[in-house]
Amino acid sequence: MVLRRISPLRIVVALVALVLLVPTLMVIPMSFTSGSTFEFPPKGFSLRWYDNFFSDPAWRDALLNSLWIGLLVTVVATVLGAASAYGLSRTRARGRAVVRGLHMAPQIVPNIVVAVAIYAIFLRWGLTGTTLGFVLAHVCLALPFVLVAVTTSLVGLDRRLEHAAASLGANPWQTFFRVTLPAIRPGVLSGAVFAFATSFDEVVVSLFLRSPELQTLPVKMFDAVTVEIDPTIAAASSLIVVVTTIAVVIPVLLRRPEKSNSESTR
Amino acid sequence: MAPQVSTTRATGKPKGAGRRIHLPAWWLVLPAVALLGAFFAFPVGRIVGDSLFDGGFGLSHYTALFSDGVTVRVLLRTILVALAVATVTLLMAYPYAYLMTIVSPRARALLMVIVLLPFWTSLMARGFAWVLLLQDNGPIDKLLGLRLMGTAWAVIVAMAQVLLAFMVLPLYSSMQTIDRRLLSAAASLGAARRSAFLRVYLPLSVPGIVAGFSLVFILSVGFYVIPALLGSSQQAVVAQLIQERTSALLDFAGAGALGTLLLIVTLALLVVVQLAARRGLVGRRGPAPATAPEGGR
Repeated sequence: MVLRRISPLRIVVALVALVLLVPTLMVIPMSFTSGSTFEFPPKGFSLRWYDNFFSDPAWRDALLNSLWIGLLVTVVATVLGAASAYGLSRTRARGRAVVRGLHMAPQIVPNIVVAVAIYAIFLRWGLTGTTLGFVLAHVCLALPFVLVAVTTSLVGLDRRLEHAAASLGANPWQTFFRVTLPAIRPGVLSGAVFAFATSFDEVVVSLFLRSPELQTLPVKMFDAVTVEIDPTIAAASSLIVVVTTIAVVIPVLLRRPEKSNSESTR
Repeated sequence: MAPQVSTTRATGKPKGAGRRIHLPAWWLVLPAVALLGAFFAFPVGRIVGDSLFDGGFGLSHYTALFSDGVTVRVLLRTILVALAVATVTLLMAYPYAYLMTIVSPRARALLMVIVLLPFWTSLMARGFAWVLLLQDNGPIDKLLGLRLMGTAWAVIVAMAQVLLAFMVLPLYSSMQTIDRRLLSAAASLGAARRSAFLRVYLPLSVPGIVAGFSLVFILSVGFYVIPALLGSSQQAVVAQLIQERTSALLDFAGAGALGTLLLIVTLALLVVVQLAARRGLVGRRGPAPATAPEGGR
């Protein structure tokens, strides 16, 4: 059956799939090197770079900073983005397109331009090298993702549910928290995941906002490649690859049975 | 019943009812708008303004850029690199997205996971992986004898792989909506598979192509990390020039002028693509469903 399915199209797609997956896997053998260069294939075997990742204060602090900033960004961006998406979906007022455009603009303006612009202002305002500065900048970059995710789930929402709740005496807050929010929860959650990933992965703005005292993991990784030639980045990258893979694959595995059920009942 | 109510009430009532049910919409939008205004729009507007008004209004920062002998070349290289990346990703993503639409749900889920994995994986990890592959005496150098590190080619190859997901996803979501019965219809009317594909399927997938191409182009034009890791100052792109002016020279007006140029390139592409797409779609999609079954041949 498998053989019958081999076609030029499938071969091309298999190659593209390899291109998508294989290059990133290079970091895993690299992380076990016993040498202190990026020489590939790596020499020897050791866990010293994993040890270094968790014991070197610079790496550990960078990781903790990234997690903390990512968490704050997730909360702020999700709340603000969901509120905006809800507000925009509930009005026909003029200026809606402008407001939506403002929310999406951080995705359209070239990344490096956003970085330099924010850096120039934050220097003046004393926000460089501060957690607040990182959070504010990352929230701007995360808002487009949250808005899109939540808007998508609002489109699928049957508004008669809200009318029903209201006609049964629920006030606007009750209607929102007990009817609307549960219904759009998948969109809000995926917006939150996007927000965290945006912040946790952000390099360019962070490179400008960093200070000797405050840097994030991607900034530390950038230094490790460009300045320090520090193979600890291979350990950090491998951990990220493994965690990401688990996070992406598990929901798919969990969703599978549900899908096939609904198909068999159809 | 409702139409019998006097007009003022009829128009007034639903509005009032709507207001009572929902939280006031503009209050909800306000926090995000204030934040984006202060920490995104104002800074970007200011840096564009500085490039024009620094040292009295004028285009001096721009004329300086265009006469320094470097910027024009770098700007052209940046545009070419972005076009190359968008083209390469399109060629790779099109068959991929197409196959996603015709395989079983299980295979489709697998293909989707393969796209999403790199999409969610840290950019620095993936950039670092490309450094390992392309470095001097690295695997590509040893196996293929290609010394790409520090060239625009390295930047194109790595960027295309990093941005591939951004091409696959819009292509797939557009192809999903294409009614495959149109292909059978074309075949039953005597079209060979190839011409049915070229004349029916391909035109219908144009919206996805346009969305993916412009997204990847925009992301490429402003990409800093990959050029910084894999390129060099000899073959720099605009993002590197901007970074250099800002960090090394603290020349915010010059960096702002360069940034404004990038912004103009981006917006120009959006406008062109939007116009072309609209025209192409109106011309093709309109008659296609109507004429393909009947007057196809």
